[in-house]
Amino acid sequence: MSETILEAHGLVKRFGDFEAVRGIDVSIARGESFGFLGPNGAGKTSTMRMISAVSAPSSGSIRIFGLDPTTDGPAVRARLGVVPQEDNLELELSVRLNLEMFGRYFDLPRRVIRERTRELLAFAQLSERAEDRVDDLSGGMKRRLTIARALINQPELLILDEPTTGLDPQARHLLWDRLYRLKRDGVTLIVTTHYMDEAEQLCDRLVVMDHGRIVAEGAPRALIEQHSSREVVELRFAADSHEEYLDVLAPFAPRVEALPDRALLYVEDGDATLHDIHASGLTPASALVRRSSLEDVFLRLTGRTLVD
Amino acid sequence: MLTRVLPSFGSRRSWRVFERNFMVYRTQWLMLVSGFFEPLFYLLSIGIGLNRLVGTIDVGGRPISYAAFVAPGMLATSMMNGAVIDSIFNTFFRLRISHAYDAVLSTPLDVTDVALGEVWWALARAAVYSASFLVCMTLLGDTVSAWVILCWPAALVVSLAFSSLGLAATTYIRSWQDFDLVSLVQLPIFLFSATFFPISVYPRWLGALVAASPLYQAATLMRGLGLGQFSWVMIPRLAYLVALGAVGLTIAARRFRRILVP
Amino acid sequence: METPLENRAGWARWQRAWWYHAMQYGQTWRGSVAGSVLFPIFYLAAMGVGVGHLVSAHTGLVQGQTYLHFIAPSLLVTTAMQLGEGESLWPVLAAVKWVRTYHAAVSTPLEPEDVLAGKLTWVATRSLAGGIVYTIVIGAFGALHSWWALTLPLLSVLTTLAFAAPLVAYATTAESDASFPTLYRFAFVPMFLFSATFFPVASYPGYLRPLVQLVPLYHAVALGRAAAVGAGAPAALAAHLLVLVALTVAGVLVGRRTIRRRLVD
Repeated sequence: MSETILEAHGLVKRFGDFEAVRGIDVSIARGESFGFLGPNGAGKTSTMRMISAVSAPSSGSIRIFGLDPTTDGPAVRARLGVVPQEDNLELELSVRLNLEMFGRYFDLPRRVIRERTRELLAFAQLSERAEDRVDDLSGGMKRRLTIARALINQPELLILDEPTTGLDPQARHLLWDRLYRLKRDGVTLIVTTHYMDEAEQLCDRLVVMDHGRIVAEGAPRALIEQHSSREVVELRFAADSHEEYLDVLAPFAPRVEALPDRALLYVEDGDATLHDIHASGLTPASALVRRSSLEDVFLRLTGRTLVD
Repeated sequence: MLTRVLPSFGSRRSWRVFERNFMVYRTQWLMLVSGFFEPLFYLLSIGIGLNRLVGTIDVGGRPISYAAFVAPGMLATSMMNGAVIDSIFNTFFRLRISHAYDAVLSTPLDVTDVALGEVWWALARAAVYSASFLVCMTLLGDTVSAWVILCWPAALVVSLAFSSLGLAATTYIRSWQDFDLVSLVQLPIFLFSATFFPISVYPRWLGALVAASPLYQAATLMRGLGLGQFSWVMIPRLAYLVALGAVGLTIAARRFRRILVP
Repeated sequence: METPLENRAGWARWQRAWWYHAMQYGQTWRGSVAGSVLFPIFYLAAMGVGVGHLVSAHTGLVQGQTYLHFIAPSLLVTTAMQLGEGESLWPVLAAVKWVRTYHAAVSTPLEPEDVLAGKLTWVATRSLAGGIVYTIVIGAFGALHSWWALTLPLLSVLTTLAFAAPLVAYATTAESDASFPTLYRFAFVPMFLFSATFFPVASYPGYLRPLVQLVPLYHAVALGRAAAVGAGAPAALAAHLLVLVALTVAGVLVGRRTIRRRLVD
């Protein structure tokens, strides 16, 4: 087992009477890609702010690089890269100056900053926009710049809060590609997301969070195998509610779930089940067979969907 | 608070925030340069017009031209207005709209560095603007004594007091609409702090109220220094401004921490 | 059955744009309403009574009036000018670029020209309300001497439009707000200070006096002073009026083109 880069025990964050994070334990190894999966309001962002050495836990302990962030905040942050949920770039400054100024915050020598800025502009595919004001960039470009900016100090640990929320599919894939490269270069990644496909793509291991607690932990495939069936049949009926089909569908699968817009049947062989359904005279408006995903794991564990 | 602030005073980290502000303002150099012209326009307009209509004003037994009476008050006012623009308007933008401070706090810098960096910046701006104001004042013949040079350090104290109060006020501002309230406070302070006419014009009971205005204390202090009329009353005036600054800074530091790292 | 909006006459449509601006203001009015009542009182008390005290001790009357009465009408028109400036730069740039609410408006049956008309009539409405308040305050300070003073709210509207119309036209072509502070520093502030607002034009050296005539605010100030006392040469007054009307008309004509180019072309 490789070196532990981050370790947290009994982490709690309270805002007044509200408990956003209710005692979580995580341990992340160097070089790992670790994910926090959960819907909005699950406590992911509060957790991220604690592990990025910005906000102090209400109780519990964290060690990052073996240091305590509440007392050694500056030393910890010097070795971290943080990509917040919402871009907080300097809108009035050019792309280049955004990177250079950030380098100054880390007290890097100017020569090093210039060199890394050039590399990071290429990495973020922004070399041609270097002198443009950030205000004029597209959403995807701003996001790539925020990531590039977080890399100016060559962090050992990169923390990304919802890195692709609000981006179009093409921009997402470009971003994922950049993150793979970092992973390949040995950077430890911590990602929060409420997209199950993103979690499956990026994470070696993840925890599922709900209401401030961790409800499951493991590798994406292992979680799916443990908490869901191999395949899922999705049926849509021309009806106002899919609840009324629960009884009719129950004989076809060990587990059936009704969502507002569709019914889900958890089975081992989807095609066979679909064949049985059609044979029984049921006529869904549409039908689809797919593999189980983390979305199904989440539904199983919490009774809710990730994106509402 | 002091135990937290003092160690970072010499710190290079707070200078990075200063550097950041400088970088942003460099892209708006025209604005920076044009700031020089505003007091020039005001002093010129008073020199052309009101100077003749009002004649001379008696300060400490010495008659001086209206322009020379108003100029030190305008310097104090310009320190106040600069603090409102920089410490309230711009800081609000970075704190609540662009979240620029959140980005800074993900680096080795912490909240104290941010607050101190903003104070350094406010002081530097005040130093440049007050110096250029004093040059304009001299060019237009509105200075009476060479002691006017003392207005320069005094302007820094005035600016520090207003900037600290401004930073504290900013933390209570929730939306752009609240800026209407800022001008509701700022305008009467500007108009009624004996900047345009001596406090003797007021009835006695109102004069006591005016004396509580930090701008009145600042303007009167500047006027005395500019004329070379020194008096022990300057000490409580200065102490009042310093005390306001300290209170403002303490509140600002606490509230900044609560907002940025809850 | 009601006629569909898109088939009705233009005014029915820009009425919608007026309402839209009014409703937006409805969200934020509290602070600015307090200001529109208190600011005139503050200015008249400080400049009129306070500085007026010094002026009367030294000079006595200014152009046959107390200093308070002399500056009261100019404070009304400078406030009208400032309303026109404040409403026309950042809010318009926000509506055509940052928040794009005008783009949303033209995705309904409204035409760009309707949006412009709605904006300007709304600003005019606010100016009218502010002008009425200001006139009452001036009256309370005893600075009105003629029934012509009842035209002061209308002068407020005209002054606001003479600035708002050209500035809206300009703001709809702007790509950033970089030039706006410069406009304030080098155009609006000097105009406020040097338009014979706070002292008579006779204070200027002879060679500068014709230059003051070039400043739009000067004409509004002259009209305001004439209305307050009910006196003035008809030809001169007509010339002042013509300047303000010409600015408004030119602003509207150019603005109709620029706002269409910005929103739909």
